[in-house]
Amino acid sequence: MPKPHHSLPFTRRQLLTRIGALAGSVALYQAMTSMGHASGTDFTRPPSLHGAKKGTKILVLGAGLAGMLSAYELRKAGYDVQILEFQNRSGGRNISLRAGDTVTELGGATQKVLFAQGNYFNPGPWRIPYHHQGLLYYCRQFGIELEPFIEVNHNAWLHSSNTFGGKSVRYREFSADFYGFTAELLAKSINQHKLDDIVSEDENHYLIEAMKSWGALTPDLSYTKGNISSWRRGFERPQGGGLEGAPVPSDVLSRKDIMKSGLWDWMAFNQRIDMQTTLFQPVGGMDQIGKGFARQVKDLITLNCKVTAISQNEQGVTVTYNDMAHGGAVRQMQADYCVCTIPLSILSQLDVQVEDAMKAAILAVPYASSVKIGLEFKRRFWEEDEQIYGGISFTDQPISQISYPSHGYFRKGPAVLLGGYLFGTPAYDYVGMPPQERLERALEQGSVIHLQYQKEFSNGVSFAWSRTPWVMGCCSMWTEEARRTHYKTLCSIDKRIVLAGEHASYVGCWQEGAILSALDAITRLHKRIVGAA
Amino acid sequence: MRNLYFYAVFLLFLVLTSTVTWADSSGKITGKTESLSDGADIYKHICQSCHMSYGKGAEGAGARFPALAKNPKLQSGEYVASVVLNGMGTMPWFAVTLNDQQVANVVNYIRTHFDNHYTNAIKPDTVMMMRPHLTEEYE
Ligand SMILES: Cc1cc2nc3c(=O)[nH]c(=O)nc-3n(C[C@H](O)[C@H](O)[C@H](O)COP(=O)(O)OP(=O)(O)OC[C@H]3O[C@@H](n4cnc5c(N)ncnc54)[C@H](O)[C@@H]3O)c2cc1C
Ligand code: HEC
Repeated sequence: MPKPHHSLPFTRRQLLTRIGALAGSVALYQAMTSMGHASGTDFTRPPSLHGAKKGTKILVLGAGLAGMLSAYELRKAGYDVQILEFQNRSGGRNISLRAGDTVTELGGATQKVLFAQGNYFNPGPWRIPYHHQGLLYYCRQFGIELEPFIEVNHNAWLHSSNTFGGKSVRYREFSADFYGFTAELLAKSINQHKLDDIVSEDENHYLIEAMKSWGALTPDLSYTKGNISSWRRGFERPQGGGLEGAPVPSDVLSRKDIMKSGLWDWMAFNQRIDMQTTLFQPVGGMDQIGKGFARQVKDLITLNCKVTAISQNEQGVTVTYNDMAHGGAVRQMQADYCVCTIPLSILSQLDVQVEDAMKAAILAVPYASSVKIGLEFKRRFWEEDEQIYGGISFTDQPISQISYPSHGYFRKGPAVLLGGYLFGTPAYDYVGMPPQERLERALEQGSVIHLQYQKEFSNGVSFAWSRTPWVMGCCSMWTEEARRTHYKTLCSIDKRIVLAGEHASYVGCWQEGAILSALDAITRLHKRIVGAA
Repeated sequence: MRNLYFYAVFLLFLVLTSTVTWADSSGKITGKTESLSDGADIYKHICQSCHMSYGKGAEGAGARFPALAKNPKLQSGEYVASVVLNGMGTMPWFAVTLNDQQVANVVNYIRTHFDNHYTNAIKPDTVMMMRPHLTEEYE
């Protein structure tokens, strides 16, 4: 075993954090699955902030959900609030694409969105778990209409390139067979006294009954072709009416292939609390949330301001920015306090006057990469030909999933689906490709699951988050070790500056994280200000 | 020992990629990507996503992906290897996804391309010595 040898350019402390980053994840996994996330988020009610000293000026940086909510609540509390935003739009990562929109990436590649009128694509956030009560509270408050988002669809496809002869299987078939065979193994082991060491006799009875019921086993504890299993996995010939209405049972898949396929991972994914029923989406596109928030604070936002530096002293905060609407002219704005919601991916390179520990915290969080691909087809063949209404098909190809729209069912005419959602190494790979090539690959891989792809394809757009100028990544990637060392500092108030946003939460990469972080930051800031008054 | 080490790294990879805390991601990294060996390939399929083709770099909203072309910082192969292994600010670490040979190859590639001419190649053994240390659990 080589002795570890730490070298430039990191201080020991920075290095330890990053190393821990690699090591801490097991514990993180356990922590995440057993607590924290598992109980939903901790929103109870909106803050009620009283006693703001009139005329106290607070500058909010960034008009994403964290920034706009901070501004909304702070103004309500009586502060004099302004927001500076880099883009020519508000909403931040809360964004939808429609006909006529243009996507320009770092490096210059430009795509025009050619969808039919009325269609949209959510290149970022797309689903909201029912327990994200903070976000849902404000949606209700601001009149943003929500509808169900279908996550699990038993009639969607699971595809693994090197099992089942590369053919897709229905989620329903796979899950029935996976549970069935697992239950059979357990029930038979118990019956054959193979588990007597660990299972007591009276428990045996219940376990066997449970496995029979859960796994759709026959009375002799087998999972096998027949009516019992087909009521789960579907019949070869479905039940009908009249003379020839009797159903014909279907064959079960091979147990070995099921276990080898790895496709059970997707079922486990769908069982996480974040993916459990009910999920929601805004009617008409995710950006309806950003727009709803913007209606509340529109008059406070100045767009096209590229913040480059934040400094502070006893008297207040000075923010330096380029006024992009006026040739990038350098301007400054003063305030008493600052709520900064600029993503750390950007903030880590700006000139920010904070304590060293805060600087280290800002630098400690790398950003994940992700690509989403929206494809418009001439018709809803997944509904018309395959009876798939919403939900997600999963594959081990780089596109990883195909998600069908959870709205507009049975409509005639073109519709948009999510034709790829890439992470990790495949995401780097696809970010580095010209947009046209991303589409070609998505079509090629999607065709393996849906033969109609090539014939019905109309147009598409891809969104490469690492090449998005105003975030240069998808989301913050915290590890347990980095949290231990830096999280509290990152969330602390550094004299007159407090950070907020998805990155300053334990609900990373969810809009709820932006909401909860903003509420916490402004509540503490308000207390600080009132205490100091 | 060495095998065990790699096995540990492999395990870690699974765990890490499946659970790093950003929540909307799928449960695991799916989709295979070309198995990358030479430096040019690794650059193209991974680094180019941020540092752009020809190492041109790019400017975002007040932040940048630094250009690797004509970059005097590349003089030290160990510096570059260290950045690749541990990451830097927004840049993620690649200690888990790339092995010693791959790290050496990509480092040597960028140090001899994009108008950089640093021919003193870094060796996989050197990279191995620089690898961040994994906790006892995995050793
Ligand atoms: C691919 C993807 C999928 C996701 N899926 C989901 C999902 O299904 N459900 C869900 O709830 N969440 C999801 N999220 C997460 C969600 O989008 C974010 O957590 C949330 O939108 C972050 O809000 P924020 O206010 O913290 O940051 P942002 O929305 O990023 O706001 C920051 C603002 O700062 C601005 N800014 C940047 N630099 C400067 C500068 N120099 N000067 C001035 N302004 C600047 C930016 O333009 C931006 O408007 C997803 C995110 C991605 C990328
Ligand atoms: C997700 C985006 C991303 C990817 C992928 C990425 N980098 Fe980086 N890289 C950055 C950023 C951002 C910085 C600057 C960090 C800072 O200054 O805070 C950086 C810095 C560097 C530096 C230091 C440059 C200097 O001038 O000091 C080197 C060298 C480097 N990267 C090499 C690589 C190599 C080689 C790869 C591929 C294995 C790679 N990077 C992949 C984002 C990325």
